[in-house]
This record gives sequence, C-alpha cells and structure tokens, in this order.
Amino acid sequence: MTNPALAAGTVERHLRARRDSGRGLLMPYLTGGITPGWTHYLRAFAAAGADAIEVGLPFSDPTLDGVTIQQASHMALARGASTRGILAELSGMPDLGVPLVVSTYYNLVLHDGPGAFCAALRRAGVAGLIVPDLPVHEAGELTDAAADAGIEPALLASPSTPQPRLAEISRRSRGFVYAVSLMGTTGERAALAASAAELAGRIRRVTDRPVLLGFGISTPEQAREARRHADGVVVGAAIMRRVLDGAEPDDLRDFLATLRQALDASPRPGV
Amino acid sequence: MRDVPAWREPAPPDATMGDPGARGRFGEYGGQYAPESLVQACREVAEAFRRAWADPGFRGELARLLALHAGRPTPLTPARRLSQALGVRLYLKREDLTHTGSHKINNVLGQALLATRMGRRRLIAETGAGQHGVATATAAALLGLEATVFMGERDIGRQALNVFRMRMLGAEVVPVTTGSRTLKDATSEAMRHWVGATGDSHYCIGSVVGPDPYPWMVRELQRVIGEEARGQCAAELRTGVPDYVVACVGGGSNAAGTFAGFAGTPARLVGVEAQGGAGAARGRLGVLHGCRSLFLQDDDGQIIEAHSIAAGLDYPGVGPEHAHLRDLGRARYVTVTDEEAVGAAVRLARTEGIVPALESAHALAWVIRAAGDGDLPAGSTVMMTLSGRGDKDVSTYKELL
Repeated sequence: MTNPALAAGTVERHLRARRDSGRGLLMPYLTGGITPGWTHYLRAFAAAGADAIEVGLPFSDPTLDGVTIQQASHMALARGASTRGILAELSGMPDLGVPLVVSTYYNLVLHDGPGAFCAALRRAGVAGLIVPDLPVHEAGELTDAAADAGIEPALLASPSTPQPRLAEISRRSRGFVYAVSLMGTTGERAALAASAAELAGRIRRVTDRPVLLGFGISTPEQAREARRHADGVVVGAAIMRRVLDGAEPDDLRDFLATLRQALDASPRPGV
Repeated sequence: MRDVPAWREPAPPDATMGDPGARGRFGEYGGQYAPESLVQACREVAEAFRRAWADPGFRGELARLLALHAGRPTPLTPARRLSQALGVRLYLKREDLTHTGSHKINNVLGQALLATRMGRRRLIAETGAGQHGVATATAAALLGLEATVFMGERDIGRQALNVFRMRMLGAEVVPVTTGSRTLKDATSEAMRHWVGATGDSHYCIGSVVGPDPYPWMVRELQRVIGEEARGQCAAELRTGVPDYVVACVGGGSNAAGTFAGFAGTPARLVGVEAQGGAGAARGRLGVLHGCRSLFLQDDDGQIIEAHSIAAGLDYPGVGPEHAHLRDLGRARYVTVTDEEAVGAAVRLARTEGIVPALESAHALAWVIRAAGDGDLPAGSTVMMTLSGRGDKDVSTYKELL
C-alpha cells in the first residue's frame, strides 16, 4: 500500500493538510440554485474560512432531509434549478481555494449514469460527492465511476452502524468520512446528540481519514463540542434556514465566522 | 401503450418470482438504497422475516389470523353475466371480501406478527387510499401494538371515512403537507420518521416497494392470493390454469401476490396501471424510497407526481419485481384512464352486484377493453384479482355519476 495521504485526492489532501496543522474543519452546505445569485454565498463561505463547501443538487424527494432542506430543495426546483444548470454555474466560478463537494440523492446520479454524472462533476470543478441514500454495500458502481473520473465519494456512517461495517465504510470512503451525529434527518437541534461523540470515536479507531460530524450541528457551541470528538463539522440546515429567511451572503459570512472562531478555540480530539 | 415485448412462455419449473437473495435483486432492480441509519433496521427485518417464514409456528399463527380475523380463504367468483356480455370467461378473486375490505390485510397481519416477534411495540405506515392505513390500524389493535399512519393531506381530504376508521381503531394519523401531498410524500415522511424510531418501531410498508427485504417480504405475504386462486382455478377450470391473470398495479402488491401463484404456469400475466401513474409502462430507471426500479421522471431526473382518480394507484413508481417481470416479458403492463375505470366499476355493479374499489376497477377496465378489441381472444379464461371493495370510493362515484 502506498501512503494514504499521497494516494488521496484533492478533497482528502486538502482536509488532511488543514487538520494536521491543528485546524478544526468547517464544511458549510448550500442548496444549489436557491436564489438567482446563489454562488455569492459560496464566495462568502470561502471568505469566512470554510475548509470545503458542500453544494446540494436539489431533488424532488429528499427522504433524509428535515423540513428546512426540504423547503430549500423545493424552492430551488420551483425557480428552475437543475443539475445541469447548477454545474454550469459552478464551472463558471473562479477558484475558491477550497474543494467543492456535491451532495444529492442517487436518483440524480443514475439519471445519466454514474460515469457521466461523475465526469460532469469533474468538468464543473467539483472534487467530492455525498449521496445519503447510497449505503456502502450498494456503492460499487458509483465508487468505480468516481475513481475513473477523479471524484472522491465520501460515505456516511451512522450511530447504528456496527463496528466491522464502520471499518469497511472508512476504508471505501474518499475525501473524509461523514459521521451522521444522530438517528434522524437533517435539521437544527437544541444540543449535540450524545451519539455524536460515541460514533466519531468509533470511526477514529478504524481510520486516519478526516472525520466530519454532520446533521443537527447548528450553533458555535455545538461546533465547539463536536470538535472535541471529530476533525470538523458540516453545517447545513442552520445556514439554509437563514437563507430561506432572507439572509444575504454577508450575513452568512458573519454566521460562519462565529463557527470558525468556535472551532479555532476548541481543543482537538483526544486532547 | 401496446409497445410491449412478446410473450415469453415460461418452461416450468420456473425460478421467476423466487427468492431475490441476500442482495434483494430482481434482475437489475431492487436492492437496498437506504440511508445508512436504516440499513441495520432493514437487515433486522430481513433476518427476522427469513427465520419467521421458515418457521411453521409463525406460518400457522399467520394462517390462523388470516382465517379467523381476515376471513380467508376468499372465494373465486365466476362473473357470469359480465362474461357472457364480453365473450370471455371471467373469474374474480374476491379480496374485496376480506376484513377491512382489501388485500392489504394479508400483508399487514404478517408484518404485525413479525413486529411482535421482533419485540417492537409500534407500527409505522404510509397510506394512499387509506386501505393500508386501516389494515395497519386493525392489525395493531388486534395484536396490542400502537400505530402511526402517515397520509397525504390531499388523500385525507378524499378518503375522509378511512381517516376516521383509523382513528376509531386507535391509530394516530399524521397529515403530510409536503410535495404532492399524496402517497409518494406520505412514504417519504414515514421513512424520515422511521430513521428516528428504529429502536421500538417497525415500518410496515404497504406495497412491494422500499428497500430489501420489503419488496420480497410483501410479495410473499400477498402470495396467499395467488396460491389460493391457483388452487381454486385447478378445481374450477377445465384447463386447470387460466389463459390470463390480471391485477391492478400501483406499487403492485396485489398483482405481485397474484402473479406469484401463477409465475410457474403458462398463464399470461397482465398488470394494469393508471394512465397517470404508469411506472411500469412509462417509467425510467431510478432510485426512490429505497429501491432501484422504474419511476416517472422529468428530463432532469426529478420524480413526477402521479395523477389518478384511484388514490391507491397514485404512485409514480412500481415495485422492482414488476420492473423485472416487464423486462423479462413474463408480465405485460398496460394502462387505463380514469374514465375507463369508472365505467368498468358501474358495469360490474350492474352485471354482478359488486361495487369495486377504484383501483380494482382499473384491472376490470382493461379486461373489458381487451375483450372488445380482440386483445383478449374470444373464449379466453381470465382470472382477475378484485383487490378491494368500493365502499371507500362511494362519494367519488357519486360525484362522477
């Protein structure tokens, strides 16, 4: 085996380098096409210190999303957002200096086939992919196509995942391992779930890949707490609720700056 | 509508409609496209069902419930006056005569019994027409379980009596206000709810859809329709096996159960879909609600909302095994319009004294049309599953007639 850090793709190399410098990782999420000027949010995310940016391709039936991202998906589709249109806008953007990760449901991946889909991501400058309804035992056709196209598919792990399966997920995941903090859908929560620490710890026992905690992480306090257990956080619904309420890119930059500060002030896992 | 593959006559013994194996595959369809948080729960259901289905104790207890509570076996009724008018010999498998009024009870009694074996105390269900919801509420009451039923707001409006029945039976009915506010959205919401409730709740899916093991498990639990009908045909018909076996298809559970009894015979299998919900006839490859199958989609891959007068057929996809049977050419999938279905319902009411559910009326509408245009040769023997009775649809019929 080669050194995993050397064999890694753009997302993983980038996240590893930042993690290894002691930084808590922040991956904000935006539903693509949510407003006419939606790409301005991505620039604000990068300016606020994001380490990677997740762009959701809206799907008509987002079965793992809570009300906020459901609403955002439907609003984006209602204003005509499509996979092709979103990727075209991404490809027209200047380099943000952080990797772009697309997330969507498997139906949209299958639509033109995993090979064509991954190639389209690559052409749009996207480096990573998250598909929440694609568990590791069904992921073969996508991971093969992604490897050919140079796309890193990050797999999800859940509090209910048994340990041997966590090892398999961590081994086959690329870029990072997405740790789902709780048994539930996406959406803001009052507190970080107790299952988050336990899961992050179990994943870190079987892999050196960056581990990002997501689902329900909504506040700087929760981000700080999550950072005690994982390499970083994914924040989605807390951002999208603000966008749906009319927040501008500058407002989101301010919000992300509070998350950035919280992560910077938090001790590293195991310290 | 008629651009279907040529018939493939199976050479029995036939493995079609057998065990889809550990990966839950029907050809390229099926599988387990569930979020990671549901994978363990699905595996527990699969293991529990495999053990239960091989356990004579479980089978005996289910048979007892089906006989004493659901009223099985249901009769195979010759439709004498209608047959004479159509020039074919039509037999009706009378699932409308089961307790709660449709075939849905067969599946639900099995899953509720399984849930008790698994130590679950609550059933979660989605419902379209309300028949699966009523059946779930009934089985939950019978076995001392709680029931939470997700139902689209639009369906709640058009199936008000079933909503009341579920509540009277002690179930909680949760209105779903997202998307098209019909079965598709109720299913999504039930799945979301299950993610947070896998510890104490069993998701009792009502059709041959969803992640493995559901398409297989629900077909096995509905197999009783086809096996009874097969035996009844053997006793009733000179030829022993009908020329055609017909059933309506939404997700496709009554059709799957019916076809399973005849897959190893020369009978030609016909699934009848609603024109506005024709997943098998017009869908394209996709993944929704946990399985790879055929779904109605737009050019961007977004799921299109189905439209049918029959709430139980208002689903934009079809169970993965039907997609496979279509590709094999073993079954043929056709569509009928709302108007044809309503016309067929009236005709059955006036010739046989049976008011069918709107869903079942679709199957009959194809029989009537096909007998008229020669698609069904004169003198053919047709076994059609009458999946449910029309009580729930009386107000819809009243508005239209």
